[in-house]
Amino acid sequence: MDGHIAGEDTWTVAGRTFRSRLIVGTGRYKDLEETGAAIEASGADIVTVAVRRVNLSDPKAPMLQDYVDPKKYTYLPNTAGCFTAREAVRTLRLAREAGGWNLVKLEVLGPAPLLYPDMQGTFEAAAELIKDGFEVMVYCADDPLAAKRLEDMGCVAIMPLGAPIGSGLGLQNPAMLSMIKENITVPFLVDAGVGTASDAAIAMELGCDAVLLNSAIAHAKNPILMAQAMKHAVAAGRLAYLAGRMPRRMGADPSSPLSGLIR
Amino acid sequence: MPSPVTLTLNGESRAFAAPADGPLSVQGLLVLLELDTRKVAVERNEEIVPRSRYAETWLTSGDSLEIVHFIGGG
Repeated sequence: MDGHIAGEDTWTVAGRTFRSRLIVGTGRYKDLEETGAAIEASGADIVTVAVRRVNLSDPKAPMLQDYVDPKKYTYLPNTAGCFTAREAVRTLRLAREAGGWNLVKLEVLGPAPLLYPDMQGTFEAAAELIKDGFEVMVYCADDPLAAKRLEDMGCVAIMPLGAPIGSGLGLQNPAMLSMIKENITVPFLVDAGVGTASDAAIAMELGCDAVLLNSAIAHAKNPILMAQAMKHAVAAGRLAYLAGRMPRRMGADPSSPLSGLIR
Repeated sequence: MPSPVTLTLNGESRAFAAPADGPLSVQGLLVLLELDTRKVAVERNEEIVPRSRYAETWLTSGDSLEIVHFIGGG
């Protein structure tokens, strides 16, 4: 699904228009059947995928494409597991050759246990990839200067973390995320840290264009149900953002009239 | 009989008999490995081999290849 849809609340990244504001990962599921079912239930249009060595001893093993149809979903290759700019660039060049897509998700990570974005490596890789014609959606720290610099370099989406990858801690930095978003004009996504549906709704209420998550669905007790929950949470959060929340006030303001009371 | 071609494939050393009619190509190797060329990408000595050039990219002993595909990831 690509191309403009009149009258609908769509979003556009690198000239491609999408209906769903939920991007889901395809990792950490029990098996490929569960992967396919959860992604279907999430309603996502874009799925992230990893690039790995083929198991040469079992060339006929089932492949992701057999369960998650690349004609139905936009594959967004990632650089998960890359700790240097060189590894990330090499991985995405292979991904482009394997899939023919130039829209990619860049992440250059620091060491475990935080896997925090390595911004120096991220800048180097982004520069190389953009020069080479890639359209880079970039995972980054919740650093307003780094985010702006990545946008100025030509990244097509800025995707800071809400909490460490796979932590499920929820958004630990909502104020900073909204301040970063104020200075960004390309699509802005929260990419890591979502643990449950309310976290995704909060990200959307902050004004994110979309949310990217994987573990929150894959590691739920029932991934298919959680995929549905995420779909609704993202839609609800988006509507709430568009609606504009009421102002907070320190004290009560009754909803029922105070006149006409019986005495 | 031509001497075997020894390659490092995804980090492991493997020897292949060269075809009788000439050198081993990337295309020939993928056929030997029973891999679907539409679902993989190949890097030879850290250079991408475009799919359109599999048949004319010849392999020699000592070459290092990475053969990758897409798997689930977040």
